[in-house]
Amino acid sequence: MQIKEVPEEYDVIIVGSGAGGGMATKQLADAGYNVAVVEAGPFFDPADPKTMTQLKWPYDSPRRGAGTDRDFGEWDMAYGGWNIEGEPYTHEPGTKFRWFRSHMLGGRTNHWGRISLRFSQKDFKHKDVDGYGENWPIDYSDVSPYYDKVDKLIGVFGSKEGREDDPDGYFLPPPKPRLHELFYIKGAKKSNIPVIPGRLSMLTKRINNDRGVCFYCGQCSRSCSVYADFSSGSCLIFPAQKSGGKVKLFVNSVVREVTTNDEGKATGVSYISKDDRKEYKLRGKVVVLAASACSTARIMLNSKSKQHPNGLGNSSDLVGKYLHDSTGASGAGFIPDLMNRDVSYNEDGVGGMHVYSPWWGDHSKLDFPRGYHIEVWGGMGQPNYGFGFNANEFNKFFGLKVGGYGDQLRDDVKKYYGSVIGFGGRGESIARKDNYCEIDPTTVDEFGIPVLKFNYTHGETELKQAKHMQDTFEELIHNMGGEPLGKKPGKDQDYGLLPGGEIIHEVGTTRMGNDPKTSVTNKFSQLHDADNVFITDAGVFTSQADKNCTWTILALAWRASDYIIEQLKQQNI
Amino acid sequence: MDRRKSIQTIILGAGASALAFHGCKTDNGETTVNEDIPATDDTNYFGRTPEELDRIEKLQAEQLLNEHEMETVAALSTVILPPKEPHGGPIEAEVPEFIEFMGKDIPEMQTTLLGGLMWLDHTSNTEFGKEFKSASLDQQKQICDRICYHDMDVPLDQQPLEIQFFALMRNLTVSGYYTSKVGIADLGYKGNSPNVWDGVPQEVLDQHGVAYDPEWIAKCVDQSKRNEIAEWDENKNLLT
Repeated sequence: MQIKEVPEEYDVIIVGSGAGGGMATKQLADAGYNVAVVEAGPFFDPADPKTMTQLKWPYDSPRRGAGTDRDFGEWDMAYGGWNIEGEPYTHEPGTKFRWFRSHMLGGRTNHWGRISLRFSQKDFKHKDVDGYGENWPIDYSDVSPYYDKVDKLIGVFGSKEGREDDPDGYFLPPPKPRLHELFYIKGAKKSNIPVIPGRLSMLTKRINNDRGVCFYCGQCSRSCSVYADFSSGSCLIFPAQKSGGKVKLFVNSVVREVTTNDEGKATGVSYISKDDRKEYKLRGKVVVLAASACSTARIMLNSKSKQHPNGLGNSSDLVGKYLHDSTGASGAGFIPDLMNRDVSYNEDGVGGMHVYSPWWGDHSKLDFPRGYHIEVWGGMGQPNYGFGFNANEFNKFFGLKVGGYGDQLRDDVKKYYGSVIGFGGRGESIARKDNYCEIDPTTVDEFGIPVLKFNYTHGETELKQAKHMQDTFEELIHNMGGEPLGKKPGKDQDYGLLPGGEIIHEVGTTRMGNDPKTSVTNKFSQLHDADNVFITDAGVFTSQADKNCTWTILALAWRASDYIIEQLKQQNI
Repeated sequence: MDRRKSIQTIILGAGASALAFHGCKTDNGETTVNEDIPATDDTNYFGRTPEELDRIEKLQAEQLLNEHEMETVAALSTVILPPKEPHGGPIEAEVPEFIEFMGKDIPEMQTTLLGGLMWLDHTSNTEFGKEFKSASLDQQKQICDRICYHDMDVPLDQQPLEIQFFALMRNLTVSGYYTSKVGIADLGYKGNSPNVWDGVPQEVLDQHGVAYDPEWIAKCVDQSKRNEIAEWDENKNLLT
């Protein structure tokens, strides 16, 4: 089969259209460059009524929202999931990593939780504090101007709190807490755990005339049809196209490798079109990889040449190494004082937490080095498949019989509706060289591209942190006069610590640093080994922080884009 | 205009291509939603990809439960959740159709469902000389009373099939009802419609013995300014 060359040479080829790819697209197209965006999935616009799930009712579907086809339920707006047919990944025996992929324009930004937190100075230099992991080659002061710009371009609500480890931004005002969140605030206070308004990228207030304002349906995971939440398509890629930028979208196009010349510089990418299953070549002066931390590592490892025998940018042998996801453990409690809810009002609110707890611990008094934040959920949500299962299970807390049938079931459902509060602990794990993804030489996907094999385990530091989470959840539930649901997971269950990948914050596979021997990119996200290749996804994260990574992906992608523009102007690349 | 009703009408296919809510200040200064929310008049296309839709159509073309089994499911589900005015019961909520679909969608359920239905008829035939669906309500209840509780200390999948079956049917019946139009009305859920959230009503706060902290509320959004474009000073203070 002959590879088809696309005749045009682009200034920049961007692989992936999620947060990092979208931001690079916006900045480079706005700067007047001719940009090609290569996306493995289909075109997607949250405003298209054909694909829209926002405001759908469970009874619009015969399965009432069940998650048979989509891992997070039928209305969730991520095509793909933990397993994609024809695109396997494998594991080193005895280890576990679950890889969530969403192939579509905008990628996982269409369904994400929109929790938008800045890293602090400590997060960039955490090794200096406790000796674990590695410091970033940059400071908060390098990134904060970009955080500022991201806040203003995309919009994030929150409140100025003056907390050193949780830097304030240019916030839109937060929504008022819901009832269960007021209970949480009260419960946390008893244990001196701080609670502040959530920080999420949804528009509680207009920021321009192109995007709508939140109408509080609580369905950000369905991707907002009036563009009131941050999705990469609606906030970055479409605006880049609208402002007259030269943006060519190649959708349903699976990048196989980055092509290079005799000097080892990138010349473009080769991709397989899902439409005709043929291989194509695109030529570009600069290649920006933003396919997600693991996909980018995979493309690089599959890009072998005489100049890059170990894979593109892999002279350090570190591509794929230092993979780390946020730690995650959950807890939930039944709160009797939240029974018998008045259902006369709509409390959907925004699609996420109106309040949360940033990390509060003092590590000099704790047996683990890094912290976590607590996300809170609950309330009277839209019933979907699974609602009403074990309808009267909480009877057991009152010494009443569980089960049965008849009119009583109706009363039970209503009595307990909205009476559960749940917590997600989301924390920082330590990046370790022996947590990695590599190419599995024995397996290819349906496009003939070698797949990733994962090797991922949790360390002691993560397990101790998870134990602390469980103890905290128990205390919080107790403070609210509640009953924990389920048995508290102990050591034999890793304290409920979820497998790597399940929090979908995987980072670190192409980490930045000043030394080409111990890192893959420099502090401008530029490959040490090929100066016209940049990475704008979370691969470049030297460490994760106890914050969600998207806001930092956006800030660093913008920063890298500025650097690319400068280098192109100076004709250095 | 009843916004809730109109959005429902649109979603149920009354046919406009988009619905505009025109922002207006009502007498008490509340701000309303004025976004154009896309809507489609294609009621059979609930946001599925073509592949997802294919799979649903394929499942719908298959038959898991025969007519007699569907009637038995209908009979049992109405024993589990008796209909009640004004929001009906499992039949109005199309629970039997939902259970038929889920059995195909999640094949792991099939043996429990089919075997359980057989058990019901066998038991009813043995004791009353007629199939479950033709037994009197009193007789049906006698059978259900025996299998409607399970040992809380033993995992469900280690208990007799008929006990597993009843628990599954109860879950599917209750879930099927409360995810239907009539069931959602019975529950009273008011969400899934555009609105402007401005906090928990005072009487609800009182009912649960909590209050808003004035300092906290001072940070929150003033909904009367939601449509004014945000501007900040250089110290990150919102000016608008």
